[in-house]
Formats: sequence, C-alpha cells, structure tokens
Amino acid sequence: MSVLIVVDTKNGQVKKSSLEAAQYGAKVAAAIGGEAVALSLNANNAEVLGTVGVNKVLNVTDASISASDPQKVVAAIVAAANQIGAKVVVFAHDSTGKAVAPRLSAKSGAGLVTNVTSLPDTSNGFVVSKNVFSGKAHAQVNILSDEKIVSILPNAFGVKAGEGSASVEAFSVDVSGINSGITVKEVKGGDSKVVPLPEAELVVSAGRGLKGPENWGMIEEMAEILGATTACSRPVADIGWRPHHEHVGQTGVAIRPNLYIAVGISGAIQHLAGVNGSKVIVVINKDPEAPFFKAADYGVVGDAFEVVPRLNEAFRKFKAANG
Amino acid sequence: MKILVPISKVPDTTSKIAFTDGDSKFNEEGIQWIVNPYDEWYALVRALEIVEAGGGSVTVINVGDATSDPVIRKALALGANDAVRIDVNPADSYVIAKEIAAYAADKGFDMVLLGKETINYNGSEVGGMLAEFMNLPYISLASKLDVNGGTATLERSIEGGVEVVEVKLPLVASASKGMAEQRIPNMRGIMAARTKPLTIVAASGAQAKTAYVKYGLPAAKSAVKLVDPENMDELVRLLHEEAKSI
Repeated sequence: MSVLIVVDTKNGQVKKSSLEAAQYGAKVAAAIGGEAVALSLNANNAEVLGTVGVNKVLNVTDASISASDPQKVVAAIVAAANQIGAKVVVFAHDSTGKAVAPRLSAKSGAGLVTNVTSLPDTSNGFVVSKNVFSGKAHAQVNILSDEKIVSILPNAFGVKAGEGSASVEAFSVDVSGINSGITVKEVKGGDSKVVPLPEAELVVSAGRGLKGPENWGMIEEMAEILGATTACSRPVADIGWRPHHEHVGQTGVAIRPNLYIAVGISGAIQHLAGVNGSKVIVVINKDPEAPFFKAADYGVVGDAFEVVPRLNEAFRKFKAANG
Repeated sequence: MKILVPISKVPDTTSKIAFTDGDSKFNEEGIQWIVNPYDEWYALVRALEIVEAGGGSVTVINVGDATSDPVIRKALALGANDAVRIDVNPADSYVIAKEIAAYAADKGFDMVLLGKETINYNGSEVGGMLAEFMNLPYISLASKLDVNGGTATLERSIEGGVEVVEVKLPLVASASKGMAEQRIPNMRGIMAARTKPLTIVAASGAQAKTAYVKYGLPAAKSAVKLVDPENMDELVRLLHEEAKSI
C-alpha cells in the first residue's frame, strides 16, 4: 500500500509545509509497509524529498498544473495514485491542501481529515488526531473509506532532514481537456522573503497596547533581529493599523510557531484560540491581570515602550554572541 | 445574480469547550449557538452586497436538524431572501457537501459562497467538495470578490501574499477575513425574518466517510514564569537555555 504525498512549490522550490507533509507520509508508508511516493508540482529541487524519507518522486513539469487550478492538480493526483496503487494521500494543510484535498475527496470518495497532528493509529481502523474548536480541543477521527486523505497542520511535526535520497522521474498528465475557467491575473507579495505566518517558527505580535501604528517600529525591529514574522491582534487589523493578513486568532490566521512573543495584547479567548498551539508563549503587558498571562510560559509585567527596546537590546547582544 | 450561501451552526466563540459521554460528545449545556462567523461576516454579507448592488437573491442553506432554525432566522434577519434546511444530522463534511450539491444541482445558482472553515471543526473542506460535486471552479480563501457580468475577480490568500484570479461564473468560493464587514441585524430585518420562507427538504442519503471517535482538551499549562522588566537578559537566557526556542 503506497502513500502518495502531494508536494507544492514556491518559486520552484519545495515548500516547507510540503517537506513536513512528505516526512509524515514517509512515516505512514513505513508503518503500513508501503512505498512513499511524492507527486511534486514543478519542483526544481525535488531530490530534497529524499532527505525526509521519500522513496520516489513523480515530478510534474507542466506549469498549468498548479494549485491555482485545483481541477488539474486533482487529475494529476488521480493519475499518480492509480499508477502506484496509493491508498493514502497526504497534503500539507496549507493554501494548496485547502484548495485541492477536498476536491480530491469528493472526486474519489476517499474520507478526508484536515489539520492532522498525529500519525495514524491503525490498530482499529485508521484514526488520526486533529485540532478542533480553533485549537481549544483535539479530536480523534477514524477514516471509514478504503482510500484515505489527510492534510497535516503546518509546524505540528517540524522537519528533521536526514541523508536519504529519492529517485526523481518526470510525470506527465494530459489536462488539455480540463477547462476550469480560472485565469491567474497577478500574484501580489508571494515572493516576499518574510516567512508566511502559518509556516513561521518565530512570531512577534502586538496589539492595541501599542497605541498606534507609528509605534510598530520596535516590533519590526525585534522581528528583524530574530528573523521572525510580525503579527497582530484583531482590533489592530480592524482599525487598519496593520494589514488583515497579519491578524492571528480565531478568525484570522492560526499559527503554531516555536516562539510567540505578544506585546500589548490582553489575550481574549478568540486570540488565544489562534495562537495556543505555539510551543512557547511570551507575554509583555503592563496589566498584571491580563488573561494572556494564564496561557503564557514567560511573562513580563511592564510598559511595552520601556520593555521592548530593552528586550531588543538583549536579543541583539545574544545574536552577536551566538551568531 | 442568484447566490447560495451555506451556513453552519457553531458554538459562540467565547464558549467553554467540554465533552460528555466518555469524551465522545461535545457538551452543549449552556452553549449559545451562532452562525459560523466566516459564513456570516464574510460570505453572507458579501453576497448581500452583490445582490444589493446588482439585483438578484441570496438563499442560505444549512444541513441540520430543527435546532439550526434560530441561526437560519438570524441569517434571514441580516437580509437573505429565503432559506433551506436539509433535515439530516451533518455527520461530516462529505455529507454536508453532497447534500447541498444534491439540492443545488438544478437550481441555477450563479455562485456558491461560504466561509473558509467552521470555527468548531476547522475543516476547510465543504467548499472544495461542493465544487467537485457540482463540477464548478473553486476559489478557496478569498479575501476579495467582485463581479462584472459573467466574470468574477477574486483575491485568494496564498502563503505570504495573494493571487488575483478571474473566473467565469458559476463558481464556488470560500470567504476569509477582508471580504466584507460584519453587519448587525436591525429590528426591521428581525421582524421580516419571521415571515421569510424557510423550506425544509429531506436528505438524499449521503453517507459519512469519517467518524469522530473521541475528543480531548490540551494539557494544562504550568504557571507563567514572570521575569523582571528591568532584566531582559534573563528573559533571553531563559528562552535560549530553558525553552530552547531561540
């Protein structure tokens, strides 16, 4: 029983979330005694998939087959799955997985579980854990159909690359008969060097406690020192101090970084729901009663305008000493 | 423009999450149910805006039992013209999508617009499944949607940016933040909602592909470790040596 992993690329390079999904798929293949095969969408560095345990890569070399047009990607997946006899298809739960995996489920009749945070327990069915209630709880879900699709929550497993290698074969599918009517007119900001929030391992975030958008310089400075991605609370995005795509929380972007530093955010339940998967949370707030302190690992009770410059200085010293 | 907006019934965002029956069921005691915020704030409001500007109708649809009726009335109070409830337990996303697709197949909707996910199951599944069942293009995670004649222009969130796409109608799109501004229903809308049609239809018999076996809560966090605001070197040391996060 082979496992097929759908691997997407950004600027020709395998996405980090896809590498994580490939590593997961390789572990599932090892557990069920099958081969881990990746279907990569126009990757220039497909061989990197071998380092996370993938045995073989089928590399699509047709730019029209991209996540912008899910119907074509689904056609490629169905062809690849048939070729290798895949029973399990793995995606990253990123923009590609969200666009393509449900379509594949409906097309193939395979049960789908998204946001997955565990390897499958196959002792009684095919049971995986997933986050529910916006990270406030988790659920175990059994996939009842013979063929199964899972999409992996980004940053839930991390990537531990080894020394393995994978064979890479060109893979072609005729999608000329598929006319979905979708035309990509423009891509804005996709080339940014900033790590996107769902993939970021370090996130520096701020809220209304900063009093105005003109005070974000020290937050951006901290992000720059750490190589972190900036984020904000919902009210800050709503009043237009920061762009909507930076809003983390229940109705914004859900994140799971290694480190989340929250400055001047009180920690409403809706905000916590989107960030409580963070491995370490640091809260800086002048109100010692701020509810966020209950969810934090480390807290600093103090005025952000005094604490943050001091912390930036300490981070800078640390970076200078540790490279 | 004839727009279909699937809506879900979800617990209020501030609900305390707990489980009963050996952690196999969500504890509904004391829960206030609301329209899923992504369905309401973004998909439904944008659908209403499009119809207000260019004419047409907005139909909301829900898969669920009679306990969904109050949230369906809320959607009608916001301005939807009529509502449909498919009378079956929404066992999983596959059932929901298949039932909605079966209903919508011959109704000639120009657009199906729903939230990017529900805040309870966080699946991001129904939109894509619906599009496949209905054989329509699907634009996920749309933060902007404009319609010009038979063509829609949408902005779709991708990692670190947005993709601007043009799609011929009909289509299915899932809505995320940025698509529209939340509305509050006014008294006139609430009164009108009482008499707007809510049609209850029988299910087609779709079968679930997944089963929720058990729920759990995250492990409790240990107490916060407070660091002297004058001593940020200590915080950095803790993050490096103890938390190993930098």
